[in-house]
Amino acid sequence: MKKLMKWLAIATLASTLSACGYNDFQAKDETVKAAWGEVVNQYQRRADLIPNLVNTVKGYATHERATLEAVTKARAAATSIQVTPEVLNDPQAFNKFQQAQGELSSALSRLMAISENYPQLKADTSFRDLQSQLEGTENRITVARQRYIVAVRDYNVLVRSFPSNLTAKIFDYPVKPSFTVENEKAISAPPAVDFSK
Amino acid sequence: MKILRALKTVSLAIALLGFLAPASAQEFVAIPSLTAHVTDQVGMLNAGQRSALENVLSEYEKRSGSQIAVVLVSSTAPETIEQYSIRLADAWKLGRKGVDDGVILLVAKNNTAGLGRLRIETGRGVQGVLTDAQSKRILQDVIAPHFRQDDFYGGLAAGVSAITSLLDKEAFPAPQQGTHKGQNSFSWSPFLLFLFIIIITIARSRGGRGPRGNYHIDNWGNAGGVILGSAIGSRYGSQYGGSSGSDYGGFGGGGFGGLSGGGGGFDGGGASGNW
Repeated sequence: MKKLMKWLAIATLASTLSACGYNDFQAKDETVKAAWGEVVNQYQRRADLIPNLVNTVKGYATHERATLEAVTKARAAATSIQVTPEVLNDPQAFNKFQQAQGELSSALSRLMAISENYPQLKADTSFRDLQSQLEGTENRITVARQRYIVAVRDYNVLVRSFPSNLTAKIFDYPVKPSFTVENEKAISAPPAVDFSK
Repeated sequence: MKILRALKTVSLAIALLGFLAPASAQEFVAIPSLTAHVTDQVGMLNAGQRSALENVLSEYEKRSGSQIAVVLVSSTAPETIEQYSIRLADAWKLGRKGVDDGVILLVAKNNTAGLGRLRIETGRGVQGVLTDAQSKRILQDVIAPHFRQDDFYGGLAAGVSAITSLLDKEAFPAPQQGTHKGQNSFSWSPFLLFLFIIIITIARSRGGRGPRGNYHIDNWGNAGGVILGSAIGSRYGSQYGGSSGSDYGGFGGGGFGGLSGGGGGFDGGGASGNW
């Protein structure tokens, strides 16, 4: 009889553990981390494209020193931020990262806009290739951010709803920051949008 | 009477909710269902051209295993072609799972230039050979010149052959003939194991009825059976229940089977353009 009670106790404990969403937290936390990894990865991909882009533009647009320097500086600022998974539990660090990437986005968009004034640059094959790679990467960033937003929403709903919010408190799973609409405008504006001017 | 009135308001509210919900969901253009390699919603191709293109694409899938789809829609407004295209890619999951070798060539004929009218959406696996830059070149240098002269079939055919010749440069895993059969016979093994354990457990509990001293061992045998059984059960569930859509997607391979995505992943890579 004692044995039976022991088994019963274990079974109840296991079922309450899964009912309070502990395992869901594990799964969703990992999903968020993976989505965040993809975001960082794509931003890094963009950062890696920039030196080549700057060099190519430099060859034709010799008078645009200020714009080129702005891009280089913004890139240095963006890549200097250490991105660890802990950023996700620190809204301030998250905002800093977001802001730095946003500044890089706007510097890049100015660079792409001035390149319109140099027909020879526009005809350059390697510039064309870099431009399409940059466009593709900007789109990848948008997609990765979108997927991150969805993953975080899923996770945050679990953190806030009852009874899993108790689990979140006990095991310390805070609400994670997401990309906000305000920043959305600043960051997700693709660099090549100003072409009509 | 009061109850009746309350019921009326409730049902009215529900009806209103039901009415509002689809209205907000209809803002975006619906994703067509995946039935063939060529989906033409605008009538840009005639029947002969469509089946010619379909043959080329299904032959290619049979030969190489990679899935390429051509999708012709009227418009993607209010979304840009990129937003629509990633939704389409996520819904269809073209390309083999793990290889991610799916490609979508999307044309939104009546889009404004701002939204984009041409797009190549590349799966993660093909981006080594079909780079963003290559995709852009195919759009601008191969497809657009034909389209400017309203030669839609010529443009699509040339675009598809440019895509396939690039994909041929990468050594993707060979298409697996008869994967379906292999997976089906494999799917029996957890069942058999499960059955085996159940039989053993029953046999043990029957045998253990006799002497009292056996009770201890018997209990453990039972527990072991339950634990093992549930472990296998959950594994079975996650493997065959959760992702069955993508795992069993398999390949239509032309003919009558229609087409289904193999579970390939997309990350938004590719290029957009106009003509």
